[in-house]
Amino acid sequence: MFERSPDQELFEDTTRRFIESACPLDRRRALAGTKSGYEPDYWRKGAELGWTSLLVPESAGGGSVSGHPVLDLALVAYQFGLHAAPGPLLGTNLAAAALARSGGSPGAGQHAEVLGQLLSGEVVVGWAWGEPAPGDGFGCVETSASDGGGGGYSLSGSKGPVEAGPEAEWFVVAARRPDGLRQFLVPSDASGLTVTALDGLDLTRRYCRLDLDEVALPAEALVGDADGEAASAALARQVETALVVQLAEMTGAMQWAFDTTLEWALHRYSFGRPLASYQEIKHRFADMKMWLEASQAVTGTAARAVDTGSSSRDELLSAAKLYVGRHGLELVQDCVQIHGGIGVTFEHDLHLFLRRLTADAVTLGTPAEHAGRLADLVAAHEEEK
Amino acid sequence: MTESVEDFEARAGAWLAENLPRAGPEFDRYGPAARSRTDEQDLAVVARCRELQRRLYDGGLAGICVPSEYGGQGLTPAHQAALNRAITGYEFPAFTQMPTFTPCMAVILDFGTEEQKKRHIPAILKGEEMWMQLLSEPSSGSDVAGALTTATRDGDEWVLNGSKIWTSGAWWADWGLCLARTNWDVPKHRGLTVFMVNLRQPGVEIHRIEMLNGSREFCQEFFTDVRIPDSCRLGEVDQGWTVGVRWMYHERTVSGGSPYVTMPVGRRAEGSGAPELVRRARRVGRFDRPDVKQAIGEYRTNELVRAALTERIAERIASGAVSDQSAAIIRLFGGVSSVRNMTISFELAGPGAVAWDPGAEDLGGPGIGFLMRQASSIGGGTTEMSRNVISERVLGMPREHTLDRDVPFRDVPREG
Repeated sequence: MFERSPDQELFEDTTRRFIESACPLDRRRALAGTKSGYEPDYWRKGAELGWTSLLVPESAGGGSVSGHPVLDLALVAYQFGLHAAPGPLLGTNLAAAALARSGGSPGAGQHAEVLGQLLSGEVVVGWAWGEPAPGDGFGCVETSASDGGGGGYSLSGSKGPVEAGPEAEWFVVAARRPDGLRQFLVPSDASGLTVTALDGLDLTRRYCRLDLDEVALPAEALVGDADGEAASAALARQVETALVVQLAEMTGAMQWAFDTTLEWALHRYSFGRPLASYQEIKHRFADMKMWLEASQAVTGTAARAVDTGSSSRDELLSAAKLYVGRHGLELVQDCVQIHGGIGVTFEHDLHLFLRRLTADAVTLGTPAEHAGRLADLVAAHEEEK
Repeated sequence: MTESVEDFEARAGAWLAENLPRAGPEFDRYGPAARSRTDEQDLAVVARCRELQRRLYDGGLAGICVPSEYGGQGLTPAHQAALNRAITGYEFPAFTQMPTFTPCMAVILDFGTEEQKKRHIPAILKGEEMWMQLLSEPSSGSDVAGALTTATRDGDEWVLNGSKIWTSGAWWADWGLCLARTNWDVPKHRGLTVFMVNLRQPGVEIHRIEMLNGSREFCQEFFTDVRIPDSCRLGEVDQGWTVGVRWMYHERTVSGGSPYVTMPVGRRAEGSGAPELVRRARRVGRFDRPDVKQAIGEYRTNELVRAALTERIAERIASGAVSDQSAAIIRLFGGVSSVRNMTISFELAGPGAVAWDPGAEDLGGPGIGFLMRQASSIGGGTTEMSRNVISERVLGMPREHTLDRDVPFRDVPREG
């Protein structure tokens, strides 16, 4: 994706070694039957390594490795993809980023307490941004936050799929006010809130849907900026970071599928020759290598653009989601094809990565949605000129 | 102390603002495939490029990565990348870049003797010598080591006979780098030698080839008893394939990543790229159609991913993280994405790109471009060859089986 600093290399390697020892690939099938998809101890130890704290300033109990929090988090996400690792990485970090902006708000004290528990891995907080059909378009937030009693709020609408299991004790929920978007800290046992665990493609990643029916919240539930414009802008930055996390994870999963299938082709014999000696197979690997390199390159470029706040970041993120979404799936399905029958068995590990890539490809905007968004961005830049 | 990239970019920016004109709307027409230029206009562009190149040389901005003893600046690829940023939006000498700087000058730098480098490199950097590649032959396209053009030793000279093809601009060029057979009794890769051939000498006959879009840029050369002094031999006798492999590596960097090529980056010239597609779609009230947006989004993605990929691989080659064979990945992406984008352009243009008012060639452009679409996946090494390089040289997969290895070249089966 991008050149790592020595500190980042060390950090990434620590994450890699921890996942490989604490949760090796052959544990995935056993974890599939568990409620949260991981063992609590695994997540707490991951939190100790820094998985939850990168987007949070030091003053709020967090800290990045390199001073480039988005890039540091992308490295963890890449390793999550490379190992199809369990754990609520994206949601937890985005919820943390939101809570960390609560400094001067009325609920600052409580938010800091929840954030502290989140950072240590004791508590999982889900990040509820996207919404189910028919309001499932990228960036579509119809859940409303109207005025409630005593200066509080009343939330109504639906959210999902939210990346969080039944262990989530809190949710940071994005909702619409007349003057822009806001985020609210909602306890999972709030009156009027129904949390439905969803069945899904990924063996270890859990999703749920939230149905909010006039959920009454105190004024202290407001997370982050009180001003509508500032709150909407902060949320937009969170979505950018979420896309970087997702893209980095996808390119990690692509890398595993590619490396594994290359090994297979080099050692599998057919008609007295290795698979890798057939030009048809070689040329497909050349195309896959190109997709892989291109996906990692555009993900790295987009991640750096988000990190520096470059004006090209919106275009780059949508281009990356379109490219990685389409070619990541083609790559992993081609890997299945080259494996033959074993590639579609439950026994082989390939489906763990196929599942992860497939789930990532169409959440946070489908490739087609990002194509349309990109065309609009090009047009908008034209108008600015 | 090497000048920092930031200081260099600031100095280059200031110099360019003083000394180069901004690129006007006609600048796109300097592209090598412009179809409607007359020969006189072509020659005027060539002369203009020589002049602009001379200005860059005098301003200390030619040959950024060329050692100073040969007239270059002795800087790094990062400085070249900075110049590429700084020169964006200016008129620049497009015709001196390729193939003169890359691959020809790059090969001379890699294999030339001190005397050869002193003689040619400064002249190239000043715009005095324009070079061409005498590589492909009518009998062999991708199989360049199967060259039949033969050089026979005669005292201190060589006598060249045969024919080369797909040489763009040979009719106005000065010199050519030529891969010739010097030994028919050894396997094909071991009987080749590279020569520097003056194109303006007796025995060299240059024919123009008309492409389907009307371009007459490509040439075929016929050599009849052309005499070449041994001092124009590049590399050892019969070791030409060593030179050739490096030559083709440099050729693949033409698609991006060459340290010797000056090429504007960033926002493309007016009249090209995704913004132009948006303008065209709006002109006919079609921009809000979902299928049109999908197509433009995909087109823009190809542009952005290509830039990101080129930068990433060039950086990794420069740092030694990957072998220079990885340049084939950039070449493959360039071919595949150009093909896709020309299809998108054409489909968006619709019937208007099939028939247009006399003279309204901008409307027909996408149609003509589509007819020439595959050229981007053929010229400069086919995408099939780049797939072979990626699978065999980058990924270490087994080499293709061939029938011409370890037999004397004169015994290799060939057509006719």
